[in-house]
Amino acid sequence: MRSIRKPSVIPGFGLSLGFAAFYASLIVFIPLAALFAKSFTLTWDEFWKTVLHPQAIASYKLSLGASFIGACINLVFGFIVAWVLVRYQFFGKKVVDALVDLPFALPTAVAGIALTTLYAPQGWIGQFLSPLGIKVAYAPLGVVVALTFIGLPFVVRTVQPVLEELEKEIEEAAASLGAGRWATFRRILFPALLPALLTGFALAFARAVGEYGSVVFISGNMPYKTEITPLLIVTKLEQYNYAGAAALAVVLLTFSFVLLLLINILQHWSSKRAGG
Amino acid sequence: MLLKSVKKSLLVLTLGLTASAASWAQEVKLLNVSYDPTRELYAEFNKAFVAHWQKTANQKVTVSQSHGGSGKQARSVIDGLAADVVTLALAYDIDALYDEAKLIPENWQSRLPNNSSPYTSTIVFVVRKGNPKNIKDWDDLVKPGIQVITPNPKTSGGARWNYLAAWAYAKKAYGSDEKAREFVAKLYKNVPVLDSGARGSTTTFAQRQLGDVFLSWENEAFLIEKEFGVGKFEVIVPSLSILAEPPVTVVDKNVEKNGTRKVAEAYLNFLYSKEGQEIAGKNFYRPRDPEVAAKFSNIFPEVKLVTIDEEFGGWRKAQTEHFSDGGIFDQIYQPQ
Amino acid sequence: MAGAVSNLGRRSANITDAVSEPFLVRWGLIAVALIFLALFLVIPLIAVFKEAFSKGVEVYFASIREPDAWAAVKLTLLAAAIAVPLNVIFGISAAWAITKFRFRGKQVLITLIDLPFAVSPVVAGLIYVLLFGTKGWLGPWLGEHDIKIIFAVPGIVLATIFVTFPFVARELIPLMEEQGTSYEEAALTLGASGWQTFWKVTLPSIKWGLLYGIILCNARAMGEFGAVSVVSGHIRGQTNTLPLHIEILYNEYQFAAAFAAASLLAGLALVTLAVKSFLEWQHVRDREKAARAAAQQE
Repeated sequence: MRSIRKPSVIPGFGLSLGFAAFYASLIVFIPLAALFAKSFTLTWDEFWKTVLHPQAIASYKLSLGASFIGACINLVFGFIVAWVLVRYQFFGKKVVDALVDLPFALPTAVAGIALTTLYAPQGWIGQFLSPLGIKVAYAPLGVVVALTFIGLPFVVRTVQPVLEELEKEIEEAAASLGAGRWATFRRILFPALLPALLTGFALAFARAVGEYGSVVFISGNMPYKTEITPLLIVTKLEQYNYAGAAALAVVLLTFSFVLLLLINILQHWSSKRAGG
Repeated sequence: MLLKSVKKSLLVLTLGLTASAASWAQEVKLLNVSYDPTRELYAEFNKAFVAHWQKTANQKVTVSQSHGGSGKQARSVIDGLAADVVTLALAYDIDALYDEAKLIPENWQSRLPNNSSPYTSTIVFVVRKGNPKNIKDWDDLVKPGIQVITPNPKTSGGARWNYLAAWAYAKKAYGSDEKAREFVAKLYKNVPVLDSGARGSTTTFAQRQLGDVFLSWENEAFLIEKEFGVGKFEVIVPSLSILAEPPVTVVDKNVEKNGTRKVAEAYLNFLYSKEGQEIAGKNFYRPRDPEVAAKFSNIFPEVKLVTIDEEFGGWRKAQTEHFSDGGIFDQIYQPQ
Repeated sequence: MAGAVSNLGRRSANITDAVSEPFLVRWGLIAVALIFLALFLVIPLIAVFKEAFSKGVEVYFASIREPDAWAAVKLTLLAAAIAVPLNVIFGISAAWAITKFRFRGKQVLITLIDLPFAVSPVVAGLIYVLLFGTKGWLGPWLGEHDIKIIFAVPGIVLATIFVTFPFVARELIPLMEEQGTSYEEAALTLGASGWQTFWKVTLPSIKWGLLYGIILCNARAMGEFGAVSVVSGHIRGQTNTLPLHIEILYNEYQFAAAFAAASLLAGLALVTLAVKSFLEWQHVRDREKAARAAAQQE
């Protein structure tokens, strides 16, 4: 242990890391290893044929693209929501705060059905959009809507506690030193919030990439157009093709893992810079 | 003294346990793993069977039900769901129990009468009230501007029957596999949404008001009327359709482990009895028993039906040719 | 300290002004936030409740009282009751190791904690099937010893733990990162033991983040559908959680009943949030009390 960490007076390194590692392997890594092992039962050739099939590639584009857009929407609006909830007083704030977690509590299938009810051409919102030529349900836009809904709590809930703990003294000090509000925000608040913002973004994105339950109701599932990768995985399973399903799952997992890793490194780097 | 009383209480405990074990043996439990549209059918049938078994074998039986997509349910059984009997949408999914895990013998389908399918169904069209687009037969489905609702055959068993029925019609009408393929490709050009399951499609058509015609199991078509309001929809019977045979079987490995073979076999045989057939008919499945079928003849119209065996050479072949990855269904959607 | 700050605030009103935004900006932001939430949250929620009550109040309560619905509620609560505490213990220890120490491979470890988010729920169920299924790695052994994991309660609990695995850790890591280690170091130098430092110094300062983590973890644990669906077996009254029960009702064309059960889940989430609000209120009250006591001492 000693060799991999820098010395510190704080105790509990072995215990906390040991338990975390043990639990994580039991719940996550060993089962995931089973997934990788299954995909390796394919020959190299079969593996590439499965994961580079044009239909699979079309689905990656949709899954990753829609997830990215959804996560961006959540990054901007989630930040505003968190800010408003922490800093301002207005009527019904408690209720609004409570509502933010709704996408977690509603089963994804219910969310998908409710959103389809709203955005179908005859739906509450859809009826106003379809005369304008905007098609949401049964189109790629519908996938974006569902994935935005699914990832909504992440940015809000990661930024909120950090914003709450942020000491106002620093802002007051900046203001008393003559910094304008915008400058304070840019120089002081934003760097402090950046790690949380990035985390929220990454989590919303990662969660959206794998989402299945809500999307299948609203997307229309047309091959090459509105078919997400998790649906292709299910399709493979329907043919008892466990190895093919595992191969696609491995691809999705790798995409998300690389993105998460990049963001975590970026975050580490930005917090170090903010600290120094 | 203390030791004695401990011994005594242990003895009582042991006796108690043995007694309760004996009463457990009295009661027997069955798990029927089935597909989506049979919920209503088996809810009624299980009640009748419990009474029947109490009367004939003087034993209490509890039947648990599990429902889901046919393929998914078969997969659960393969992976260890302890089903005593399976009642699925198509033979391919039960074949998988042999192919993937050897849970049943290869010849399972010949063990019970009528290809082990105690009831049948077929594929019909559901249109909106008054049939505004004047849809009469399969040819009307490929006309430009008609929207057809059917689920994705890659994920839904019912959708495979729909697809094969269209294929069978086109092959008879236009004479070749080549033409049939063109016809089916044209039909799927008219499909705006591919839901993942049959009941999802029903909702798309009935609840969301999407599409002009809905390809459906016959039993589902009747149910739609019942659930969404009589008179809102019309059922159109095409000139030719396919004989859908949802098969049943005992899962040998599981019943041997659970010691439930006798009651499981009785359960399936009861499906073939007059009472079982009557329940099937009442739930809009076509009974096999000619006498019972005659009783329901005013409900079920005469349709010219082809079978999967004579037209497509069985499910294994049909599945590989049409629905496997790279099969004809996939080719239809390949961008040119 | 708190008293001093508020004194300072009162003395120089112009500085307090300077740490807030102009009136228009403030209300503009509130409006944007509310419109966004209305579009994506409130209207869907209204749709759920409208459907739930579409057949009248009687059908609503009848469908909630149904025995299968109750069995599903119980199973859902049981799974959450096991999954949440385990993930809390994990989350705290992982966050402690990651934020209080510097060691190699830290970013990789953080990313690995995020992995369950990146795993599609469909796949999350699949991995346990690959492990515990009849044809899986441990399947034959389990079969011999007659131990049931998947298609039984343990499998459902495992799948729930998996999908909610990162929440607490993920909530705590940025917060503890932001706080640094100086307070703990001070406490330790003053002679406090490791556990004392944790209970008296660390825990109070992370409790809001922890609470958010628990609430999210709990909400997601109760609402999870995809992963649980793969390992449940869908046996009525035995292995159906509330989300699975909703799917069943929906597939039986009992739309009103399905949405009634869904509104029940939304209700469960609101209860946890009410608890949070209550704790928050208590916290504010305690702090005010402490501030007043401090002011008196001065």
